[in-house]
Amino acid sequence: MIDRATIERHGLTADEYARIVGFLGREPNLTELGIFSVMWSEHCSYKSSRVHLRTLPTEGPQVLQGPGENAGAVDIGDGLAAVFKIESHNHPSFIEPYQGAATGVGGIIRDIFTMGARPIGLMNSLRFGDLDAPGTRRLVEGVVAGIAGYGNAIGVPTIAGEVAFDPVYAGNPLVNVFCLGIAQASDIVKGVASGVGNPVYYVGAKTGRDGIHGATMASAEFDEKSAEKRPAVQVGDPFMEKLLLEACLEVMQTDALVGIQDMGAAGLTCSTSEMGSRGGAGIEIDVAHVPQRESGMTPYEIMLSESQERMLLVVKAGREAEVERIFEKWDLHASKIGQVTSDGLLRVRHHGELVAEIPNRALTDEAPVYRRPMEVPAYLTDTQALDLEALARRPTVRSSSDALLALLGSPNIASKQWVFCQYDHMVQTNTAVLPGRGAGVLRIKGTERALAMSLDGNSRYCYLDPRRGAMLAVAEAARNVACAGARPLGATNCLNFGNPERPPTMWQFAQAVEGIGEACRALSVPITGGNVSLYNETDGRPIFPTPILGVVGLIAHAERALDRRFRGSGDAIVLLGTHRGELGGSEYLARIHGLIAGRPPGLDLKAERALQALMVDLADQRLVRSAHDCSDGGLAVAIAECCFDTGGIGARVSLEPTAVVRDLALDEAAILFGESASRIVVSTISDRLDAVLERGKAAGVPAQVIGQTGGDRLTLTVGGRVAVDVLLAEAERVWSASIPHRMGRRVA
Amino acid sequence: MTFAVIVFPGSNCDHDAYHAVTHVLGEAGELVWHKDTSLRGADAIILPGGFAHGDYLRTGAMARFSPIMSAVHSFADRGGPVLGICNGFQILQEAGLLPGAMLRNRELKFRCEHVHVRVEQIDTPFTLKARVGQVLRIPIAHGDGNFFAPHDTLAALEANRQVVFRYSSPDGQVVDAWNPNGSLKGIAGVCSERRNVVGMMPHPERACEPLLGSADGLVILESAVAALASGRQEASSAASVRAAAPSAR
Repeated sequence: MIDRATIERHGLTADEYARIVGFLGREPNLTELGIFSVMWSEHCSYKSSRVHLRTLPTEGPQVLQGPGENAGAVDIGDGLAAVFKIESHNHPSFIEPYQGAATGVGGIIRDIFTMGARPIGLMNSLRFGDLDAPGTRRLVEGVVAGIAGYGNAIGVPTIAGEVAFDPVYAGNPLVNVFCLGIAQASDIVKGVASGVGNPVYYVGAKTGRDGIHGATMASAEFDEKSAEKRPAVQVGDPFMEKLLLEACLEVMQTDALVGIQDMGAAGLTCSTSEMGSRGGAGIEIDVAHVPQRESGMTPYEIMLSESQERMLLVVKAGREAEVERIFEKWDLHASKIGQVTSDGLLRVRHHGELVAEIPNRALTDEAPVYRRPMEVPAYLTDTQALDLEALARRPTVRSSSDALLALLGSPNIASKQWVFCQYDHMVQTNTAVLPGRGAGVLRIKGTERALAMSLDGNSRYCYLDPRRGAMLAVAEAARNVACAGARPLGATNCLNFGNPERPPTMWQFAQAVEGIGEACRALSVPITGGNVSLYNETDGRPIFPTPILGVVGLIAHAERALDRRFRGSGDAIVLLGTHRGELGGSEYLARIHGLIAGRPPGLDLKAERALQALMVDLADQRLVRSAHDCSDGGLAVAIAECCFDTGGIGARVSLEPTAVVRDLALDEAAILFGESASRIVVSTISDRLDAVLERGKAAGVPAQVIGQTGGDRLTLTVGGRVAVDVLLAEAERVWSASIPHRMGRRVA
Repeated sequence: MTFAVIVFPGSNCDHDAYHAVTHVLGEAGELVWHKDTSLRGADAIILPGGFAHGDYLRTGAMARFSPIMSAVHSFADRGGPVLGICNGFQILQEAGLLPGAMLRNRELKFRCEHVHVRVEQIDTPFTLKARVGQVLRIPIAHGDGNFFAPHDTLAALEANRQVVFRYSSPDGQVVDAWNPNGSLKGIAGVCSERRNVVGMMPHPERACEPLLGSADGLVILESAVAALASGRQEASSAASVRAAAPSAR
């Protein structure tokens, strides 16, 4: 008998329980209750987010697979598809940074090869507390080592990403992992079960008692002591996953496979019910046939285990031997645990005895959906008000040169080489742009083409205005891809928010999704899949709303890919776009004035679209030699970054005042460090300059020469007055040394 | 020329080596499964990088027991050219085909970046087209690449001119500041006493195309092609001598 306490321990409401009884026409038993509880959890059911996610644009002529499968896919020509997705592993990474991050990588790689694609690139987006605060270093060390440990061993390069720090993440770091693979467009494999009588196979690691929702999900029938021993975070085995990857891709080469799905969240429960539901079929399994790591496991535990590196396959009847042989080659054992049925039920037996029988659709499509109450957060009135004139009356603490050096040394802007060099970013020999130099670029072997990809999100903007902040994230990720010379094709998103049961958090979420939808529609970048991570808060303090956008684009000629670095002395530096001197939400205000305030920069989506199209054209026509987006730290930081890793090519730049702010010093700061969107710094040799300016004019994008490369200094004047004048070597040293110094590594 | 690339279950640079040999160099390549026992008449062997059996034990410690390794041993004993890259180098050490052992990197972290290595010896099949003192810009990607050998082994290596590559500055200075992992004497690669087996931690297959940032690694594979060509020439002239004088011995 299920009592109220058991229902509560399973995180189900009274209404939800009544709904379960309605579906079954009887009371569930404990195993069934466990199955419902994980499938109806926020993580699996998207019950709070679904009504909002439905509004996102997901279609386009290039989209081969939209949301709903293990990953999305877009057409990249030559009969090939790019398959990609992003996922979060925030909570496990806080509890156990190395394994939490490692298993996050393992999970997203499985999602990609499950689609029949060979994974060729990883990216990640990380958020930590203040790097100088105690405890942060341990998390950074562990997460980076975990990502490296898994990705490097399995041989998928980690080619790009972003890392940012803010005290708001101290008790709740974010680890979002993106993976992209390549498949034959005609051979994309889906997670469906069909064909009555077809066998269902389990392959991979054995099932253990790990990840069964820890203590909160322990039922009265569990031994409390065994529950305490249960690790809350699973341990990853990249070698096992490498075997699975190779073996599954080999099985997919035969046509013996009907469908396949990895066992991620909610393990065997999720994979069986989702595959059955997608195929409009039923699945019957006997959990006694599931390979188990320890003895005495109950059906409840087996169905809910989240042990890593496991796959579920439906194979054509009569082809079993062929499939089994391939797994044996890779020293894996495929176990037949059941078969496809016609009744649409998930039927679970244990040594033949029926232990659960649930309609698949009740677990998937018919899961509860909530339209949760929303409310504008109270903090916005205060934070959005930014009185620049009052700021101007503050005693000016720094010269612009000092401010630039302070920004370059800020861990948010400083070089992340300490992180990137721990990742194998070159394995598979496709990496055409190294991490930290712009979008990740991978050439596609056997073609002329390359793919560019970028992950972006500015949570400070989203905190100040979630709708505009999310739009800016879409625009920035697409712009970064365009800066590499790629036409954006599709996007994936990872939405990290606090507790959706709080109306202000739900409002942030809804606003952000609206913003993403609007920007994606305007830029023709459909969302092909993604992930929602809610309840990111500690002690009632939510994180900043943090939507992370991943955009993938196509470069027609791999060798025309661009990165941020100036290529030679004497080149013209051209600014594409307009600077409007917007300081709201900037790194400058946060770092120099300790303020998180104002409105994030404005965004004209038509102008953004024109700018990106122009950028792709300039790259394709080989009219520019470098391109870099202006974002954190504004134009001055962008130009400094164009000079870094060049072997010492400096720059001299002249800018005009905007007169946005009457105070001269603050206007100078607004011009140098304001983060107006839709701006790109390009460099070009002099005989192509006219063509660049002409094309800008034709595209309706402001393009002006603002300086010239060369020398060993970085000099920026505003209205003819020298505002910044620093030795390039000094600026680069500050930028390079900041994170290694903070992480306690000796600096070469 | 046919290069056999040995595929262990956890190899992850096998396809990279195959791509470099076939698509960049234009030679024939053959992926040979570690459970096979024949090299199928290959002219040269590459043991690629990766994590052969997960390397949860010592790197390469299990791979030496793979069935293909006895064929690799006999091939090396006959003087055939064998190149071990990164994990392949570690496997050759475990198999006793190359001296020394690898410790964890000095800073205890995996490190992936372009480094510079100076070519020390050119009388090996993988360096004969390089110049002595030539500096190559090639990436490394390893956590255990800190070359170690006991003092007398090290002395013998130097005396026999078995150190083939050393980490260096871009202008060829072998100094600690340019040593990425703490290797003794800056050792990045060594050869066997017979000089036909070469192991190196840097990845030449990752530096064969300008698009990837460097094509400096190509000389290593081109050397093997040249060595095999001259070897064939010698072999065929020797064969023709034998044919001309069948009763000479």
